[in-house]
Amino acid sequence: MNIFASFKVALIALRTNALRSVLTMLGIIIGVGAVITMVSMGSGAERQVSERLQSLGSNLLMVSPGASRQGGRRLGGGSGMELKEGDATAIARTIPGIVLVAPEVRGAAQAVLGNINWSTSIIGVSPDYLLARDWEIEAGRFVEEGDIRTAAKVAVIGATVREELFGESLAVGQTVRINKVPVQIVGVLKAKGQSAFGSDQDDTIMLPLSTAKKRILGQSKAAPDAVQLITVKVQQGVNMNAVMEDIATLLRVRHRIANGAIDTFSIRNLQEMQEAGQEATQIFAILLAAIASVSLLVGGIGIMNIMLVSVTERTREIGLRMALGAKQRDILFQFLVEAVTLCLIGGLIGITIGTGGAILVSNLAGWPTLIRVDMAMAAFAISGLIGVFFGFYPARKAAKLNPIDALRFE
Amino acid sequence: MAMGALLIETIGLSKDYVMGGETVHALRDVSLSVGKGEFVAIMGPSGSGKSTFMNLLGCLDSPTRGQLFIGGEEVSRLSSNRLAAVRNRKLGFVFQQFNLLARTSALDNVQVPLIYAGMSTAERKDKALKRLDEVGLSGRLDHHPSQLSGGQQQRVAIARALVNDPEIILADEPTGALDSKTGEEIMALFQTLNASGMTIILVTHEQNIADYAKRTLTFHDGEVISDTASSDRIKAAQ
Repeated sequence: MNIFASFKVALIALRTNALRSVLTMLGIIIGVGAVITMVSMGSGAERQVSERLQSLGSNLLMVSPGASRQGGRRLGGGSGMELKEGDATAIARTIPGIVLVAPEVRGAAQAVLGNINWSTSIIGVSPDYLLARDWEIEAGRFVEEGDIRTAAKVAVIGATVREELFGESLAVGQTVRINKVPVQIVGVLKAKGQSAFGSDQDDTIMLPLSTAKKRILGQSKAAPDAVQLITVKVQQGVNMNAVMEDIATLLRVRHRIANGAIDTFSIRNLQEMQEAGQEATQIFAILLAAIASVSLLVGGIGIMNIMLVSVTERTREIGLRMALGAKQRDILFQFLVEAVTLCLIGGLIGITIGTGGAILVSNLAGWPTLIRVDMAMAAFAISGLIGVFFGFYPARKAAKLNPIDALRFE
Repeated sequence: MAMGALLIETIGLSKDYVMGGETVHALRDVSLSVGKGEFVAIMGPSGSGKSTFMNLLGCLDSPTRGQLFIGGEEVSRLSSNRLAAVRNRKLGFVFQQFNLLARTSALDNVQVPLIYAGMSTAERKDKALKRLDEVGLSGRLDHHPSQLSGGQQQRVAIARALVNDPEIILADEPTGALDSKTGEEIMALFQTLNASGMTIILVTHEQNIADYAKRTLTFHDGEVISDTASSDRIKAAQ
């Protein structure tokens, strides 16, 4: 018997018991469907996180102040005032392998245009910030050196702020009052979307560092040149850890920290954060796939169950086929092909439903999904393997039947 | 007794079953031969060993002791795969309950033995058509068993038994599920086949069915107690 004849015989056998065949397939359909949907969601989440992390910029080191002390209490990280603009300049001047250094201060402010009122975040930046954080200009220009020197009352706004304040009308050239200070909009940033941590990166207004500190956020008298964060962009191919070590050494000297004392700053490697984030979503994706695989296993057991019933029900047919000259392997093959055919058809339907489910999830819930052709093909192959694995025992049972007993079976 | 060349020979053929710790001697030392072209009826009460004998002749079972030759080939010691090949090539089975595949056309039913013989589709169809014509069912090719009468179903089964040109037809109570008139028609068909040279062995417990055969073997307690030619019996009756 050749393989096409076998599949034909199997299809006929499955069609004569159409309802039971469909019910049997249901396990595989749900299993494969679940795997496809879950993996699509997992891959979608993975891609989104990696895109968001990428949008932060690459090869970045973040230097921030450490915890400060006040009367013996340690306050939270970043509350200190130890990091200065001078530190940024020193890093840029003395550490090799660095592309640029961008100090910044952050705060919140109220932006008012006519009767529109919008609370947003303020970032005081240097011109290098644009490149360091991989921002792009949509219209107008970014903060320039001259703005820093004169503490010019100019601002560059993010896409969300532009949308909220100006709607469809032109933003560049307009004046907005930020914390009651009139500031001229000189540029609009291209939209970046959500950050890796879920906040809207476009809901921001960027001002020259000096302007932000002196005019908008208010300066600390104790540390007029304090900054909250220094972004360091390292050259491609340079060892990030070595640069981190160099910066730490430099800052310890500048801050006069004794050997063994606690650092007043911390340096984070963004690459490491990216990798950690990716690892987390990968674990999430694997977990989803594992859960879905369990239903696939249950589907396989269902196949085995029904094939066993089918073998018992068709004992006389098996006996007859043996009397007519079927060898053990012919019978084995017949039932194996039946199980595999069931699983493959179930797999195809499952892939269709799973893909539909993934599209539905991304449309209805707005979750990112990524349909992977390789996964669909793997799912199809796995359904076939499930058919072989769970179909083998019933098929062997059929093949091992004694022809006389099988013929007499009532 | 043998009409033509020797076709079946049994030497001391025995079969024991172990049932509940007790050995049942279903068949004891049966030695006989059947020639080519014979028409043999096997009779006997249930438990007499006639079914066991038929199972051994049909290569569906192996003897405990003794030898069985079919067409000169010893089949009593063959593996299950080799036995399957012997059944496929040399034997044609006809059953009491017809044993046709449900929801399968008459034409496809007749082709089943040829599928296991590894024959091509065209050749299979050709042979099946020829045999269905021979049993008078050329007009019922696409009918499923449920659309055929008992007699027609048995004719399909006979066509199936004949399709791979066997040397022997083994019929197990072929008229048992038919009314007497249809039974007579089926027996007439067997006689026609025998007249054209086919060797037929049939199990029955009805004397009038056995009378269609030329020779009758009677089994009792696992042994052959009588082996008579029908002509002798008819003479004796007169």
